[in-house]
Amino acid sequence: MKFVVAALAASLTMIGAAEARTWQIRPGADAETQLQTAMIGAQAGDTIAIAAGRYDLTQGLSLDVDRVTVRGAGQDRTVLSFAGQRRGAEGLLVTSNNVMLRDFAVEDAKGDAIKARDCQGITFHAMRVEWTHGPDSHNGAYGLYPVNCSDVLVEQSIVRGASDAGIYVGQSRNIIVRDNVAENNVAGIEIENCFNADVFNNTAQHNTGGILVFDLPDLQQHGGHAVRVFHNRIQSNNTPNFAAAGAIVGGVPAGTGVIVMANRDVVVFDNDIGDNGTANIIVTSFWTTFEDPNYNPLPRNVMIRNNRFGNTGFAPTGDIAALARAGVTLPDLLWDGVTTYAAGGVPHSENVRIVMRDNRSSRGGIGTFMSMGLPASGAPLTEGSPSTDFPPLQTFDEPPPVHLRR
Amino acid sequence: MRSVAVLVAAAAALVGSAVAQAPPGGVDARAIAASAPPQVLSAYHFFRDVGARQPNAGVTPYDLNTVLYSDGALKFRYLYLPPHTQAAYREDGVFDLPVGAVLIKTFAFAADMRRPTENVRFLETRLLIHRANGWVAYPYVWNEAQTEARLSPIGATVPINFTDTDGSSVSLDWAVPNVNQCKGCHDRAGAIVPIGPTARNLNRSLDYDAGTESQLAHWQAGGMIDRAPADAPHFANAYDAASGTLAERSRAYLQVNCAHCHNPEGPAHTSGLDLRYNDTTPVQWGVHKRPVAAGRGSSTFEFDILPGHPGQSILLYRMNSTDPGEMMPELGRQRVDTRAVALMRDWIAGMNADGTSR
Repeated sequence: MKFVVAALAASLTMIGAAEARTWQIRPGADAETQLQTAMIGAQAGDTIAIAAGRYDLTQGLSLDVDRVTVRGAGQDRTVLSFAGQRRGAEGLLVTSNNVMLRDFAVEDAKGDAIKARDCQGITFHAMRVEWTHGPDSHNGAYGLYPVNCSDVLVEQSIVRGASDAGIYVGQSRNIIVRDNVAENNVAGIEIENCFNADVFNNTAQHNTGGILVFDLPDLQQHGGHAVRVFHNRIQSNNTPNFAAAGAIVGGVPAGTGVIVMANRDVVVFDNDIGDNGTANIIVTSFWTTFEDPNYNPLPRNVMIRNNRFGNTGFAPTGDIAALARAGVTLPDLLWDGVTTYAAGGVPHSENVRIVMRDNRSSRGGIGTFMSMGLPASGAPLTEGSPSTDFPPLQTFDEPPPVHLRR
Repeated sequence: MRSVAVLVAAAAALVGSAVAQAPPGGVDARAIAASAPPQVLSAYHFFRDVGARQPNAGVTPYDLNTVLYSDGALKFRYLYLPPHTQAAYREDGVFDLPVGAVLIKTFAFAADMRRPTENVRFLETRLLIHRANGWVAYPYVWNEAQTEARLSPIGATVPINFTDTDGSSVSLDWAVPNVNQCKGCHDRAGAIVPIGPTARNLNRSLDYDAGTESQLAHWQAGGMIDRAPADAPHFANAYDAASGTLAERSRAYLQVNCAHCHNPEGPAHTSGLDLRYNDTTPVQWGVHKRPVAAGRGSSTFEFDILPGHPGQSILLYRMNSTDPGEMMPELGRQRVDTRAVALMRDWIAGMNADGTSR
């Protein structure tokens, strides 16, 4: 294989011994070929170093070699532009283990920007993903997109303009998302159908919804649980929803800070959440029909504590706008109040334990709460029995910190 | 620093040695087994002639009932089995092929596709080689003179022009997949696997030198396979209305064109959509199934298949798109398979809410 690759990329420079080599990529007419050649010819332990500059790519790239580092010269200095992409459903696809992507940008991918599928260990460090014309329904869906991965680290990265979720972690296990900026996406950060995630020190602003913790039916991994969202800045997420209408996030009302849907053991604490026009936090059941008999659409064991809330409810959208028009003062935390569901024709009822305590609000001292008291998931608000009484202060074990295996 | 010149020279030497050691006449098993593959297709000696039309001993042409759509390209398929080996029949899935077996597939267009046997230009020949430690995939790209195909692990782009079956002129940049893209389809739980040669899809007749014969019976008679049950299952031909019901043809099409990814161990397992022929749970093969990560591929629609409403079904929408951010399959086509779109439209239009057909 080594022969083949070298013969095909005569101008590609390689430095280092057979053990751990560095493939040097520089801008130029052959750069696309060289980059894909390096990603095919690399051996475990190699580094692919992409020099500063702009690279115009026509096809999606792919990497299927373990323990490769792909390193740019900086998230604003090394730019892979897919504005002229003609083929491939993503900008870069990674399907191998313990890959590190760092210090480069992916712009204007036609589909998803960077997808990492079935990886044991994947790191995104100081990356930038951006659709450069701002929010637009023609932008690609996901920015940084690990799915069915374990030991996922997304850090110090910037994602802008995704028409679904900027940072999307799906069907994965053992996840840290920290120190990132997600802005002008439909969903800033979305943790979906995942087990054990810590999401902290991030800024999620100017999205439609800031941080979403979701669980969906009919997937290989569901039963999302053990998610901690803490010490984030979740502000001004009021961008009109620009997702494809059929997408699940197409249902996210603009003006939402955090949504917790159909997960258990979720703790949202020590965040600054404000200036979100609909609600700072929504806790909800999966709002539409499903057939999966093993799926639980209810949020359970959700702790909202020690957050600092700013203004909210000043520009509600979607169904919630009707509540405001009826004269209801919208709270910091809005819960749909559903405690029963049916799966596979079997009715279930649960003590769901939604707990809110020790939150402060710039509006009136303590964070406010409202249950819409809906009788069932997705029921019209007119069938609800709204209540602003705080739910009982039940206790449950919070998930432990996530430690990544490397 | 490694010297590039040395590597190029080494590669050339490798090719030279493979050619030099080829036994006269027969397929070169050493080329097949070599850890570094030959640079040129002719080094394997799969064919007797330079143009790769006449298969060598042990190289058997075959055809399928329902084929993968590849922009309408002609395909020429062969199976090479090493001497004294045979495939093991399986009712479901791909036959067990012995180590040393090679699946050979050449993609081509005729200058005028209304006369598909004339002026046929080969674009690429893809090999799937069964090594002792698993399958590997190599694309070989044909030269303009049609005298040789050269290994191109990073793929290639080949501009082509032809007159289509409806008389229209077509120009496109044919995309030869790189080895990662090969795996984009030929992937089961991370390993490269063949897709096509299943009982259902091989169970048909074929014109051999000695006349028309059942393909499976021919293989058995030649010792290529251990058994070939008379009641082996078979697929409809998706494009032939006489070969099966709308549902049979549609499900066969989805199996062959989609299920290599859309199965519980395939690259699209994270979508939850399972398009295998034998999946019997309607929501899993799309009926009232909501998209997960379809992005704008979902258009404005809620479900992969909305029975009775092909115009509101994501599956059809994505088959009918050529936008890389929307289309399905993600790889391997740039044009719309209009016959398949028409088939699916009719099938979904006549579908009951539970996924059965009227």
